[in-house]
Amino acid sequence: MNDMSFLERVGHYFDEIGLIRIGSTYAADIDFLIILVLVVVGVWFLLAEYIFIHFILKYRAKPGRKADYITGKEKHLKRWITIPHLMVLAFDVLIVVVSFQVWHKIKMDLPENPDAVLRITGQQWAWTFQHPGVDGELDTADDIFTVDELHVENEKTYHFKLEATDVLHSFSVPVWRLKQDAIPGRSITGWFQPTITGEFDVQCAEICGFGHGVMAARVMVEDAETHASWVAANTPVAAAPAAGQATPGTQ
Amino acid sequence: MVEPAVDLTHGHPHEDHAHHGPQGIMKYLWSTDHKVIAMQYMFTGMFMALIGGFMAYVFRMQLAFPGMNVPGFGMVSPGEYNALVTNHGTIMIFWVAMPVLLAAFGNYLIPLMVGADDMVFPKVNRLSYQIFFLSTVVILASLVVEGGGFAGAWTAYPPLSADETYNLTPLGSTLWLVGVGLEFVAFLLGGINFITTLMNSRAPGMRAFDVPIVVWMIVVASILFMLSVGPLLAGAIMLLFDQTIGTGFFNPATGGDPILWQHLFWFFGHPEVYVVLLPAMGVVIEIITTFARKKVFAYRTVIFTVVAIGVLSFFVWAHHQFIAGIDPRMANIFTITTLLISVPMAELCFVYIATLYRGSITLSTPMLWALAFVAEFLIGGVTGIFLGAAGADVYFHDTYFVLAHFHYTFFPIAIIGTFAAFTYWFPKMFGKMMDERLGKWHFWLTIIPFNMIFIPLFVLGMGGQHRRIYNYEHFPELAIPWFQDMRQLATYSLLIMLGAQFIFFYNCFKSWRSGARASRNPWKANSLEWTTESPPPHGNWHPDDMPVVYRGPYEYSVPDREDDYWPQNEPALKGGPGE
Repeated sequence: MNDMSFLERVGHYFDEIGLIRIGSTYAADIDFLIILVLVVVGVWFLLAEYIFIHFILKYRAKPGRKADYITGKEKHLKRWITIPHLMVLAFDVLIVVVSFQVWHKIKMDLPENPDAVLRITGQQWAWTFQHPGVDGELDTADDIFTVDELHVENEKTYHFKLEATDVLHSFSVPVWRLKQDAIPGRSITGWFQPTITGEFDVQCAEICGFGHGVMAARVMVEDAETHASWVAANTPVAAAPAAGQATPGTQ
Repeated sequence: MVEPAVDLTHGHPHEDHAHHGPQGIMKYLWSTDHKVIAMQYMFTGMFMALIGGFMAYVFRMQLAFPGMNVPGFGMVSPGEYNALVTNHGTIMIFWVAMPVLLAAFGNYLIPLMVGADDMVFPKVNRLSYQIFFLSTVVILASLVVEGGGFAGAWTAYPPLSADETYNLTPLGSTLWLVGVGLEFVAFLLGGINFITTLMNSRAPGMRAFDVPIVVWMIVVASILFMLSVGPLLAGAIMLLFDQTIGTGFFNPATGGDPILWQHLFWFFGHPEVYVVLLPAMGVVIEIITTFARKKVFAYRTVIFTVVAIGVLSFFVWAHHQFIAGIDPRMANIFTITTLLISVPMAELCFVYIATLYRGSITLSTPMLWALAFVAEFLIGGVTGIFLGAAGADVYFHDTYFVLAHFHYTFFPIAIIGTFAAFTYWFPKMFGKMMDERLGKWHFWLTIIPFNMIFIPLFVLGMGGQHRRIYNYEHFPELAIPWFQDMRQLATYSLLIMLGAQFIFFYNCFKSWRSGARASRNPWKANSLEWTTESPPPHGNWHPDDMPVVYRGPYEYSVPDREDDYWPQNEPALKGGPGE
């Protein structure tokens, strides 16, 4: 952790306290934004509650004392509303700017030349993952299909095409801070790049019927060697000789 | 709107009131008295709150102790779990928050506070409740039909909600939709009355800025509702056709678009938050001014701010859809509008706090509820910033963080706001004072467990726990022991909170039977409802003694006056200030 700047360490706070791990290249950006908002609204919240409770305690009814008659038009009092509310606006601008940066990185700026493309399909009530086989190309004869188990290589950039066959689903991997709804009839492209190896939860984040609660899957983030041997071992046997020759017309 | 209201109902006695309307049981079925209709809405809403609360009890027990035989219900299947969370949300919003805050208090307070003998269209008002009652029967029936209740979440996203082969509840989902549609019709009819009564039936002398803020808030809420519900009502009929006669408005296979429903739903759904919020905020400011003996800080600012919130609330809906597959550029626009709405909301909070400044505060039970509303709603407000920022919403969307956030808005609105209003106007409604000691026990035993339910859920949401999953044992990262401890803490707290509601019902019953008699104006408040008998007679005031207004409703602690209040209808005789 010592080689990180202060801002980077802020982004890793939830990981450090053991709440949720940082598992992708943009996870720390999201956490940084969350902590920024936490600090900004936290200060406002505590200040507001402090003044609020302070007033309640200080201005309790006492015999012989009458409340002040204040209309709210008094200039010296009105600025206590006007100035804070302009400050709220200024902090909103700050949050909007940082939020834009994070949003653009995750959802708008698709990295070019990904290392691989995957297809993720949601259906009642399972996830189907289509991995490229040894040829590294999607939609060829050697593609590897798995159910509820996604295998990816650590530190590689992936594009995914997210689809659904029946109702809405939502592909969510909390450690990557990745979430995207899947819509029948559409193919939505997104990306991720894992940064830690291990097995992680996939949840369906959009209610999809009776089995929504058991629509659990796992992602297996593997180092290069393990991943290569998994690909080699799972490439369909019949397709193996054809590997390397992309089926024409499927790109 | 600024000139004094034209008096339509005063002077000539209302023909309905000349012979006092129906009697006996028929009085309750066919009465056009706004106060009776208000009570009907209120008790229907409270009854539905018990059902919604029972549902919360069942699914919280399942989450804390997966697979247990829940006392009073039994084992919870995944389908039943989905139906429970769906109908808990639907009932709490459409059959509790709406009827109690908007319909019950709107009906009760508007004519009394503007000094009218009834609503402008009493028969439309009666029709409104009758349709609402029908909708209640339909939604309750949907829970017990073959196949079970609708289980596709209260947002009812198609294709799941549109096709019985997906949702497996052919009858339940259709009845659910019909019930919700009828409920909208009922509130459209009610809204007509709220708006026209404020416009046309104000007491002589009551100018636009002499109207109590709660009335303005209820009317602005009604306008928001009537403007936003049309698209959803159309969408609901399209969805009904998709379900029953095989159209494909929301079915991509036949050229429809499931996202269209989300736009129609949230175009209504977000203003709806303000539809229930504004009446509660209005109630709270009435109580705060009364028990702080203070004029509201900057009355006109409050009114204009509320109108600004109303307008802005129509431009934020897609923040519910950031990751739903909409064009990502749209998220930028809706992040800006969503965060912008924090400015007027913060302004309202500042005004409420400023109203306490140099007041003379009495912590009665209604005041405790009103202050708790401000303290708790602040949490709901600030946590909304996390979700409005699209970058953070990528992670938080549909997690327990969202769930905890909107419960910190809806609980203060629908529960705290209702208890505040109910305890404040109980003397007026029933002519008896409530027991303060029981009221305070009820208050603390509701507020403390409420926080203990939802603070753990914020943490679980930050840990990545998603909503509407009946058993987290299937997810290794969510099945860790301290997460399960949090779930149990929330459930135990819920049990305490639900148990504490018996204190409230006992207090109501006891006070109604044997409470001290309430005077006309037990809180020494200014607005017009306190100038008539407790409870007010049919027609609200004697026809020869209708109130005339001389000033705004917040003239508390006016200098050089002996009394620290100054009723709106009291003629200024002794040359005091303000005239």
